[in-house]
Amino acid sequence: MTILFDGIASGMLLFLISSGLSVTLGLMGIINLAHGAFAMLGGYVCVVALDRYGIPFPVAVLMATLSAAAAGVALERLVYRRLYGAGQLDQVLFSIGLIFVSMALARWLFGPQPQPIRLPGWLQGQVQLPWIEIGVYRAFLIVLGLVVAVTLHRAVGVTRFGARLRAAVDRPAVARGLGIDVDRVFVVAFAIGSALAGLGGAVGVELLGLDPSFPLRYLVYFLIVVVVGGSGSFEGSLVASVLIGIFDVAGKYYVPQVGSFIIYTVMVVMLIVRPQGLFGRPSP
Amino acid sequence: MTGVVSPMAAPAALRGAGAWKPAELLFWTLPVIGWFAFPENLPLLTQIAITALFALSLDLVLGVAGMVTLGHAAFFGVGAYAAGMLPAYLGIGDPLLGLVAAAAAAALAGALTSPLMLRGSGLSQLMVSVGINAMLYEAANKATEVTGGVDGLPGVENTPLFGMWSFDLYGRTAYVYAVVVLLLLFWMARRVVRSPFGVSLRGIRLNAARMPALGVPVNRRLAVVWTLAAAYAGVAGALLTQTTQFVSINVLGFDRSAEVLLILILGGAGHLYGALVGAVAYMSIHHLLADIDPEFWQFWIGLIFIVVVLFARDGALGAAARIRDLIRNLILGRGASR
Amino acid sequence: MTAPALETRGLCKAFGSFVATNAVDLRIAAGSRHAVIGPNGAGKTTLVNLLSGLFRPTSGTVHIDGQDVTRLGQHERVRRGLTRTFQINRLFADMTVLESVAMAVAERQGLGRRFWKPLASYGAVMDEAAQLIEGLRIADAAHSRTRDLAYGKQRIIEIALALASRPRILLLDEPAAGIPTRESRELFATLADFSADTTILLIEHDMDLVFRFADRVSVLVGGALLVEDTPARVASHPLVKEVYLGTAQHV
Repeated sequence: MTILFDGIASGMLLFLISSGLSVTLGLMGIINLAHGAFAMLGGYVCVVALDRYGIPFPVAVLMATLSAAAAGVALERLVYRRLYGAGQLDQVLFSIGLIFVSMALARWLFGPQPQPIRLPGWLQGQVQLPWIEIGVYRAFLIVLGLVVAVTLHRAVGVTRFGARLRAAVDRPAVARGLGIDVDRVFVVAFAIGSALAGLGGAVGVELLGLDPSFPLRYLVYFLIVVVVGGSGSFEGSLVASVLIGIFDVAGKYYVPQVGSFIIYTVMVVMLIVRPQGLFGRPSP
Repeated sequence: MTGVVSPMAAPAALRGAGAWKPAELLFWTLPVIGWFAFPENLPLLTQIAITALFALSLDLVLGVAGMVTLGHAAFFGVGAYAAGMLPAYLGIGDPLLGLVAAAAAAALAGALTSPLMLRGSGLSQLMVSVGINAMLYEAANKATEVTGGVDGLPGVENTPLFGMWSFDLYGRTAYVYAVVVLLLLFWMARRVVRSPFGVSLRGIRLNAARMPALGVPVNRRLAVVWTLAAAYAGVAGALLTQTTQFVSINVLGFDRSAEVLLILILGGAGHLYGALVGAVAYMSIHHLLADIDPEFWQFWIGLIFIVVVLFARDGALGAAARIRDLIRNLILGRGASR
Repeated sequence: MTAPALETRGLCKAFGSFVATNAVDLRIAAGSRHAVIGPNGAGKTTLVNLLSGLFRPTSGTVHIDGQDVTRLGQHERVRRGLTRTFQINRLFADMTVLESVAMAVAERQGLGRRFWKPLASYGAVMDEAAQLIEGLRIADAAHSRTRDLAYGKQRIIEIALALASRPRILLLDEPAAGIPTRESRELFATLADFSADTTILLIEHDMDLVFRFADRVSVLVGGALLVEDTPARVASHPLVKEVYLGTAQHV
């Protein structure tokens, strides 16, 4: 039961980070392998704010989210936008380059060692419910994940911005003709994607750890979520994240000798059997 | 149709397409020059030759046939482990036998994974390649009794080459061995890309949708070249094992898959020589940077990735071709065309 | 009576709820030149895609010389003598004209799996490619890269690639699309020379060309066959005038 709960919690964290990738890769179609770098940025900002400046946790998380968003906007303006029309290969190479640069910078600034995080008292400890004992931190992750899921669902599915984004991606020329500022829409979407990474990176330090190899270590996990969930589908990402979280935690607990192998296999099988993902639209 | 053979039926330029150009012969004097110029650095030069072979194998699938993969280290790793296990567990230390076994194991892995790669296209193909690579890494990571896991597989002892030349401390035998294998496999690849089969692969890259309408079974051709490239990568991995006498789990690392992609793009994809030029350039830069700035070299490598994408997309050979065209146009006074 | 060279029985293709091809029964006799005309969106290209094997039909069958080929892929139908051209050029931009035609010839000669000797050293392949290029009057462009050629020349290469497989049945999807009328006349004259005993199914907008080139004409409307007859009688058919020629004159 605890394993199930832990699985859901780490799945929710995975969702927090991957939902951002679902925006940039899923909706906008940029193969942004450097997504984890934005999450790492969020993590370091949060840790530094907490430890060095004693800033309260919620503010530190907010700072992390905003700085990742700012980095996203800056990079979108400077380079990513030049790659929208480019081939996959360019996007892959570019984002790998970004990963390497971010890892080197992180090592230079903070050293190779993992960064500890001191969670505030109200996030520590356990709560004894009638049938299960749960960690407050993990419960917090689940609640936060649900809040983000609902917000995203409403923002992209219902609001005008969501409609504009989809129009701008699918038919940029038509969207421009309709008076949509495509460039602006892309910047905002990229900022949202990066912000989500930053948020997830910040709240996830306790569970995922934080060191310069972060962007590469979890890359495959983020990709799996988008692949399994289906491009651009938040419902899909949510379900996929939670399933992967449960599988991964349970797998590592019950059959540690197999480790992450199960997850990778799930990914490949999924790609073969259902390339559009659980909730994806079949490509035309 | 008339039976008249036209005067242009024997275009000399095409008939001679198989002959080696002077520039190519010149290029292959480089390993000889390297031998005399850097006798202290032969292990590094050996690494360059191995990397060049690995990049060449990627060029066959990516540059020639147009399949994008970000998991090519999978086959490098299979070859590396195969060449390591043969002496470690079966006591078969003959290096040439090791190469053959590695090529066979990697080809088998290639043949088995080709249906997976050919199921999808574009992004899903890329993801499948990442997934296969990750699966193999994790398998090697967990099967510690066989692979040594993260500690690696030590003590790979090879018998002397042809029973005559043992692998010496200075890496002389290793260097000559690696270069000769590279040259041999390069020669074969060069033949393959000029053959009808190779031309059909280029056709698939340039317009995959047209090929079936010319009677070409596209997926079968791609499966063959995927398997061939896997074997090449396997040989490269085996060379690494045999020349370093050790198998590290890094042979299967994602970084290696990403790095070889950069090397190929850096040199220019689709020309075969791009893979070699890219390997020489990248490994030299890498070596120099790691010397100058051991803390920060990864930053510069990352920056190279970014700069290549933004400014030198067609690689070193492409840049060279553009400069050549420019000079030619200046001399002939035609002004810049294109 | 021998089986028709190409035949469809109850051929249907639906994309979701949209029916692009609706119960088409087509019989094309060996050696005939059969044109399919119809307004935009009538499903002409879909029909070619079904015949060539690019699309699988929702229901119905396709037969070559009486043999059911519905389940065969494109390349297998090419081996059985059925080749097509594309409405929008599908060429090999970075290859020279000679290279791409030689590649197509090599495939027809079954050499596509040979991996050792250079393509250029196969004399029979190179000779045949050169002849084809000369016959289509583009010999001066033989060593030019496809991407550097004018659109009209590229359109001829599109056809050269198809002819390289020496089809017994040739599907031409608007071969003259986008080239000037005078050039398209020449193109059709050359085509007529080259494929005297080839069965041709032609999709074309230019009525003059159709009526001069074809000996049978089918009219496709809304995915279904409306009329099939000789060009002269189709031209004067009241229904055809109404649904097709009436609108075509405004285009």
